[in-house]
Amino acid sequence: MLDVLEGLISELREVGVPVSLAESLDAAEAVMQVPLDDAVVLKQVLGATLVKSSTHWKAFETVFDIYFSHQLSPRTGDEDSADATDAGQGSVITAADAPPSPLGAAGDGGIAGSMTDALMAALLRMDRRSLAMLARRAVAQFAGIVPKRPVAGTYYLFRTLRNVDFDGLGARLARELMAQSEPEDALGERLAADEAARRMEMLREQVAGEIRRLLVADRGAQAVARTARRPLPEDVDFMHATHEELQAMRLALQPLARKLATRMSWKRRHGRKGPLDFRGTIRRSLSTGGVPVEPAFKYPRPARPEIFVLADVSGSVASFSRFTLQMLYAMSSQFSRVRSFVFVDGIDEVTRFLAGRDMAQAMAKVNAEADVTWLDGHSDYGHAFESFWERFGREVNERCSVIILGDARNNYHASGSWVLEEMRRHVRRIYWLNPEPRGYWGSGDSIFEQYAPHCDGSFECRNLRQVEQFVKTLER
Amino acid sequence: MNQDVNQDVSSDVIPDGRPDVSSDVNQDVDPDRRLPGRFESIDSVRERLGEVAYLADAGAAGVVFLADRLGKPVLVEGPAGVGKTELAKSVAKITASRLIRLQCYEGLDESKALYEWNYRKQLLHIQSAGTSEAEPERDIFGEEFLLERPLLAAIRSSEPVVLLIDEVDRIEMETEALLLEVLSDYQVSIPEMGTVRAAQVPLVFLTSNSTRELSEALVRRCLYLHMDYPDAERERRIIRARVPGVSERLADQVARIVRLVRTVELKKQPSVAETLDWARTLVLLGIESVGPEEARDTLHVLCKHASDIEKAAKELFTVGADVQAGADNAMER
Repeated sequence: MLDVLEGLISELREVGVPVSLAESLDAAEAVMQVPLDDAVVLKQVLGATLVKSSTHWKAFETVFDIYFSHQLSPRTGDEDSADATDAGQGSVITAADAPPSPLGAAGDGGIAGSMTDALMAALLRMDRRSLAMLARRAVAQFAGIVPKRPVAGTYYLFRTLRNVDFDGLGARLARELMAQSEPEDALGERLAADEAARRMEMLREQVAGEIRRLLVADRGAQAVARTARRPLPEDVDFMHATHEELQAMRLALQPLARKLATRMSWKRRHGRKGPLDFRGTIRRSLSTGGVPVEPAFKYPRPARPEIFVLADVSGSVASFSRFTLQMLYAMSSQFSRVRSFVFVDGIDEVTRFLAGRDMAQAMAKVNAEADVTWLDGHSDYGHAFESFWERFGREVNERCSVIILGDARNNYHASGSWVLEEMRRHVRRIYWLNPEPRGYWGSGDSIFEQYAPHCDGSFECRNLRQVEQFVKTLER
Repeated sequence: MNQDVNQDVSSDVIPDGRPDVSSDVNQDVDPDRRLPGRFESIDSVRERLGEVAYLADAGAAGVVFLADRLGKPVLVEGPAGVGKTELAKSVAKITASRLIRLQCYEGLDESKALYEWNYRKQLLHIQSAGTSEAEPERDIFGEEFLLERPLLAAIRSSEPVVLLIDEVDRIEMETEALLLEVLSDYQVSIPEMGTVRAAQVPLVFLTSNSTRELSEALVRRCLYLHMDYPDAERERRIIRARVPGVSERLADQVARIVRLVRTVELKKQPSVAETLDWARTLVLLGIESVGPEEARDTLHVLCKHASDIEKAAKELFTVGADVQAGADNAMER
């Protein structure tokens, strides 16, 4: 058990989840307090001691499922647990004997058909036991697992699901459930469709779990974990993030944006910097018989600062700009004093679009209505900055902070860096967040080195972790 | 009088103003101070919570059990209205403990969280003692001048206590440090008096809506429980347990509709509390089964923003969200 735990912890650290020594000791102590045969409990217990952030939970689950896969399976069927393991090993061997062809299982359509029917029945009854058994059989028949191949099993999953006609099954299930739903109205149908989607998801997880179990039995937990490794949401590179990864990032972004906005609009109310409030002191001293035990102070009440955010939304930073738009949206939904601008070679204020409640709508509006192209729709920071200064220059003052998001790839246009120089004299702070690795700054058509001297700070900003770093530096 | 005061506190207090030199050698909580386990097993936690109509999932029950066994505080994080505070209250109920609650807010400080010297009383005491120089100074730093605040009260209580530190993410990073000593060693150091150690280890719950990240030091000392919205099955049972007069069928329908509404991207997701409100509303209106009409008329109980109501309605009543699309989505994921 300790070995498994040790492996689990080192794998978690490898993925990037911070696990301290004290926490791993806690985990070991915690494991001794609970029955080891219950995987659900074990997962919760280990999670509670090792994983202290909800964004890391997904990664933990993956690692846990791999390391405790042998403990997960016997629970599905008690009396046939022994032969399940046999079957599992058997399938690995058969797969080794018969060279698998991608279409191998397609030939025996009859078996696949009956399998599909059995699955259908199990799904309709929500019979978890038989569902698990069927999933196991389906994997043994269709996945065609090749031993010792270093893969994470995505293809096996795909092959199995295709062979049991997963899509068709889903559609049939939804139809059946709809027919069963009692009040036959739109709402009932909608609920039935939702229920069907969920049950299908369950089946998918069953199959995926079974494949993972076989992989672990074949190659050992450590090796499988290595192939299944995914970056944590905060480590995903903005420039190469997939759609799903961006989705996952969004949840983590909300609190971060709020934190950033708070830091930027920091009102220095801490410390007793204000002058003595004489009247207040006398009033307080009355309760102590006229002795001024606790003097009162006037606190300075500075005006609320404003934040200007200028974001590059050109093609060269396409996926970064999807992130920046999310960031803009998150910030402006938290604070009314954030003004947002987007630019390519022209610049436009988009604060009004982001004010709405709906993120998707706001995004669509920004894309459709913001007037950001001036000539050819290639980034021209110089022109964008100049027109910003022309149109909004009078509105910035020493209470404003400016954040610029962009790669400073200017297509060899004039830099217009005088705008930043001029602006810096008028505003509190200018920060530049660049989505490119530091090494690329100033290479090719990037003219970042011309802008950087006029900023109070320039930061590499390729993933959420770095954004967080940036927010932290603002604390000081 | 001096003697009396000393007598009073000496059981818990290492006397005199050398703060915790001796006590800190042993970082661990004394084993003899630990209460005998409050629960026999995780299942019993679950069962007993169920008796007070709190339906915990495996995670919550497991963590409560561990907190008791390991003598560690629990940090409960999750969206608003999933029953974080309720968990602490229910645990207090089933262990027959007193619930001491510290509501956090921005600007919370030592004098509001730990203890405060009642200096008005001290001043009056000095004045009434007149000019007799003989009064020793420590006299005014005695028990009777100490105002107990929630953390100290929880530590000193002789009866079993559940300490709830609510919305801990609202206090500033620096203030968190106040909690550390209490959370890891269950003791409070008062410079004028010494170190007050807990007579028994209280069960401590900290809740957070994760509006900001808590400091590493705090998180490391706690067990972590992420609470999410319950699945439809559990929510149905919660409705059954908490809403009198609700039929099995209605509860099931409500739970499933709420689950669907939560998949929509809303400004504010309906919380469990709002689900219960909705179910109560439906029961009051005498509705046996929710159809599109009834749902439309009462949706405002579930969603509070105008745009949210609109969106939820759109999701619920559009037949166009057809089957194939649903299946495709499942496949893509």
